[in-house]
Order: sequence, then structure tokens, then C-alpha cells
Amino acid sequence: MTTPAILPASRVVFTPKTLLFAALGALFLLALLLEILLGPVAIAPGRLLHLLLGAPADATESAVLWQIRLPRALMAVAVGAALGMSGAAQQGLFRNQLADPALIGVSAGAALAAVTGIVLFAPLQAVLPIPPSLLIPVLAFGGGLAATFVALRLAGTDTAGLLLAGIAVNAACGAATGLLITLSDDRQLRDITFWTMGSLAAGGWAGGGIALLACLIAAVMILPTAPALDALLLGEREAGWLGVRVDRLRLRVVVATALAVGAAVAAAGIIGFVGLVVPHLLRLLGSPRHGLVLPGSALLGAALLLLADTLARGIASPAELPVGLVTSALGAPFFIVLLWRGRLA
Amino acid sequence: MRRRTLLLAPLLAAAAPAAERILTLGGAVTETVFALGCADRLVGTDLTSRYPPVAATLPKTGYLRALGAEGVLSLRPSLILASADAGPPAALRQIAAAGVRIVTLEETHGPGPALDRIAAIAAALHRDATPLLNQLRADLAQLRADIAATKKHPRVLFLLSAGRGAPLAAGAETAADGMIHLAGARNAITTRTYRPISAEAVLLAAPDIIVTADDTLAGTGGIDGLLALPGMAPTPAGRARRVAAFDALYLLGFGPRLAYALRDLASVVHSNARLRPLPAAGASAG
Repeated sequence: MTTPAILPASRVVFTPKTLLFAALGALFLLALLLEILLGPVAIAPGRLLHLLLGAPADATESAVLWQIRLPRALMAVAVGAALGMSGAAQQGLFRNQLADPALIGVSAGAALAAVTGIVLFAPLQAVLPIPPSLLIPVLAFGGGLAATFVALRLAGTDTAGLLLAGIAVNAACGAATGLLITLSDDRQLRDITFWTMGSLAAGGWAGGGIALLACLIAAVMILPTAPALDALLLGEREAGWLGVRVDRLRLRVVVATALAVGAAVAAAGIIGFVGLVVPHLLRLLGSPRHGLVLPGSALLGAALLLLADTLARGIASPAELPVGLVTSALGAPFFIVLLWRGRLA
Repeated sequence: MRRRTLLLAPLLAAAAPAAERILTLGGAVTETVFALGCADRLVGTDLTSRYPPVAATLPKTGYLRALGAEGVLSLRPSLILASADAGPPAALRQIAAAGVRIVTLEETHGPGPALDRIAAIAAALHRDATPLLNQLRADLAQLRADIAATKKHPRVLFLLSAGRGAPLAAGAETAADGMIHLAGARNAITTRTYRPISAEAVLLAAPDIIVTADDTLAGTGGIDGLLALPGMAPTPAGRARRVAAFDALYLLGFGPRLAYALRDLASVVHSNARLRPLPAAGASAG
């Protein structure tokens, strides 16, 4: 799949890159269609068009479409794209394929703040002027940004320092979260467990819209860094000789991913796998060039999360699975097959 | 119970719109719907609804604090009777947006609110709960008199496991605390809600008897396993091997079986008490 050798030499209309984007785009649209079409409540495709056009309809069907499936599709697109693209940018910045957005403390900081919100819900609600349904998301977003800010301040001027600072912030947040968990009662404990498995159900139109806005801002900041991240593959000093301001690049990528991932975690809780593995899938499918990996990871991340949510709503009906479980269950075998084929080749 | 149901039958057949499709969320709520004779209109329940056994055959919406809105709607309920635990709130909002009537029932840790909850469920179903309520009131009054006559207040430690790890101890503001006090005993724990308990806290609590749920006892490896937990063996309960286990929903549900559960608890807590049998106890205890 990585060699363009089979293309006819005379008239090359489709480069491998445009082919790959066409395939990703098609997969994304298919996943979007399935998310809207399929679910425990059967809605015929013909009726769907009527509902989308706002024709008077059965209350259940219209609520399922407008209150559940469409906002969840928006959430899946925003969160999946944010996690995929952020993972790709972090892996480029740290020149390490095991890097993911959790590395600089965003997820750990968000988790600490969310768990604080769950355990100390009543006293916090009395103090903070935030509607109850927004308390956990607002805290999680703030916690994610705060943890990243601390990591950046601790980091000094090199990337290895940022990595170590991230480890320190992760450890501190993890310890504080553990302390809060020991203070929690059985119900809070269950809420914490479900939060850490992720869900696209609670965000709604507002959560999805805010996550998408954060994702778009991050995309505007991250996508133009592709050539600089390519140069960084040669090494930090080498990239510097090529005219890349590595310190500015680092700040830009970290701030953008903290924004996108912070909003994603705030809206959906912890969803694993996407940020770490989607960029790998892209590299295995195409080339390591960031012009391809960054937007490709956004598309594939969104498609994967849409498919995962379709399954999360459907397979255990009338119960529902946490979407974070499904992303791993869906992505891991696919990833294993690709790794296996790569080894054989 | 059978005798009472027969007496109620003509009353029950008369009332309520027959088209109502009911979904219950919460074990005690489901039990009450069965006790009111409306089970034929149930289209689904949650995972905590395990009694009567036939409730297990209904479609399950999963754990009641992690509902999926679309899955619930796929059962096409017209009325949802939900315990206050049900959620998450976003899912309930989405379900309500589809035009489903949701009646939320407060959690109860006492006999008065338990009777109110049965009355509220009956009202939502357009059923007459008077015979059921009167019987429950009479049973509870008889038990209260018998329990008061024992004049002893043993210290009870109630343990419940939440998944893996050591069981949690029930403090104030729990259903277990409510049952312990109704049974004429004292809760050996005075902190709030269910919390992990250290070996030293167990020793300090000095329970005369340890009460737990069947699942918890099985999970810790029976009475021997439970008494092997840190701090348990040297307590009065540990030395006398006084451990009693009940089905959690039966003991803590505060539903229609409240009087039978209370009599069972009181009879193990006060080992030499004289508790008169409840009418028709045999038919409904199972």
C-alpha cells in the first residue's frame, strides 16, 4: 500500500495522497451515515429524510434523531478529530511514536478536576456559579489546561524537559485523584468509573459544538506546522539549521493540543486508543509526512469514533456500552493485523 | 401474599388505561409494580430488578445510573417509574424529550417514606394501594411492638462490597442504617454513607453481629473469609461467629417485602427475641 509503483506512468491523475484522502473521506462519510441511520430505534432511510427536513413526525423518532443521534455524531466528529490530530502532532513533536495527548498531563489534570467535581459536588456547587450539568465539564477543561500550563512552566527549554515535566504532573495528578477516590462513597466511585470509560451521550449540541470549535481552533494552529514537524524528524538541532524555531513550535503544538484534548475530555470523559493509535494507522497506510498524517488522523479519528458510537448504542441494546471500551475493541484487532502485515512485508 | 392478591383482584381489574407501557428503574420500584398487579404492562427493567424472579426475563436497560437514552426509547415505554438513582441526567432529559412521562421516586431509608413511595407508584399507575398499605402498616406495627419488648440494642456492623476490594461499611444515611435502627439495634459505624473501614475502626466499632449481603459474603469466601478480614476476628461478633447474610434487594429495598425483611433481620439481631409470625409470611418470603 505504500508504493506508488503500480500507477500507470502515462497519466497519473490520482497520487497516492489524494487516493488516501478520498478513501478516508469515504470512510468518514460512511461512518457518519451509519451513526445517523442505525440504532436500537429503527428509522427507515426514507423516514430519515423526512425527519431531517423537519416534517411532522412520531415524537420518539424525532427525539432519537435530533436529541440523540445528531448531537452524538457531532460529539464523535469533534472528539475523534481532536484526539487523532492531537496525537499525531504530539508524536511528531516528541519524535516518539508512543507519545499521546496524555503525556503532557492534559488527561490527568482533567481527570483530577472531574473526580474532584464528582466527589465534592455539593460543596463546589454551593461555591461556584455554574449550572450543575456544566460543573464537571467546566472543571475538567480547566484542570486539563492548568496541568498543561504547570508542565510547560516546569519544562524549561528542551523537549526532554517537557516530557519529564509531563511525567511529574501526571504522577501528582494521579496521586491526588487516588486520594479523592479513597474519600468517595460507593455511588461516586461508580460515577468516576463510568467517567473514565468515556461517553458521547451527555455532551449534547452544546458540548459537541464547543468541542468542535476547540478542535477547529487547534486545527488552524496545528495543520500549518506540518513542514516544521517533518523537519523535526531529522532531530531538533537539524530542524533548527533548517530554520525551524523549535521552542515556538513546541509551545504552539502543546497549547493547541491542550485546548482540543481538554475540550474533548471535558465533553466526553476519557476515550483511549484514538490519540495513540490512529496516527500509527495513518503511517502504516501512507507515509510519515505530517501534511498527510495530521489531517488524515483527524478524519480517521472522527470515523473510528463514529463507528464505535454506533456499536456502543447498538450491540447491547437496550443497555449501552461505554464508547471508550468499543474504540479499543474495534481498533486493537485492526492495528494488530496492520502490524502483522508490516512485519511480513 | 397469595390470599391478599386474590382479595385485590376484582379491584385491580377495574382501573387504569390498559395501553400504558411501563419501564421500571430500581429493584424496589419493580417489586412494587408486581405487588400492585401491573406486571403485565412492564416492557423492561434495569439490572437491579431481580425480584420477583420473573422480572429477570424482561429486557434490561443496563445499570440504572448509566442508561442509554436510545436503548430505553427502543422499548417504546410510555411511563417510566424511576428511583432517584436513575441517570445520567442527560439521558433522562433526552428520554423525556421523546414524550415519555418519567415519575421519579425518592430513595427511602424509613418506613414512612417507603409507604409513601408505594402510594406514589400506585397513583402513577391509577391503582388502589390501600389494601397493600394497610397490611404493611399492620405488619410493621406488630413488629415494632415485638422488637420494643426485647429491650436490648446490639451493635451491628453492616458490610457491602462495591466491586473488587474489601467490603465497605454502612454508616449513617444508608438503607442499612435505617434497617438496623428499625430492628432495634445500633449501627456500630457512625460516619456517613458507605466507606472503606480500617482494621482499627472495626475493632473500635466492636460489633456484636456482622450483617452483610449474600453477594458480599460469597465474594469474601463465606463466613471464614469474612472473619479473616483485618480486625474482624477479635470483635465480639468475630469471637461468637455471628454473621448473617441476606439478599441485598430484600434487606435494603424498602419495598413491599419490608416487613418480612425487617422480621428476618430482627430475629438474627435479637437471637432470643419472641417475634410473632407475620400473616402469610410463608407465601412471600421467597
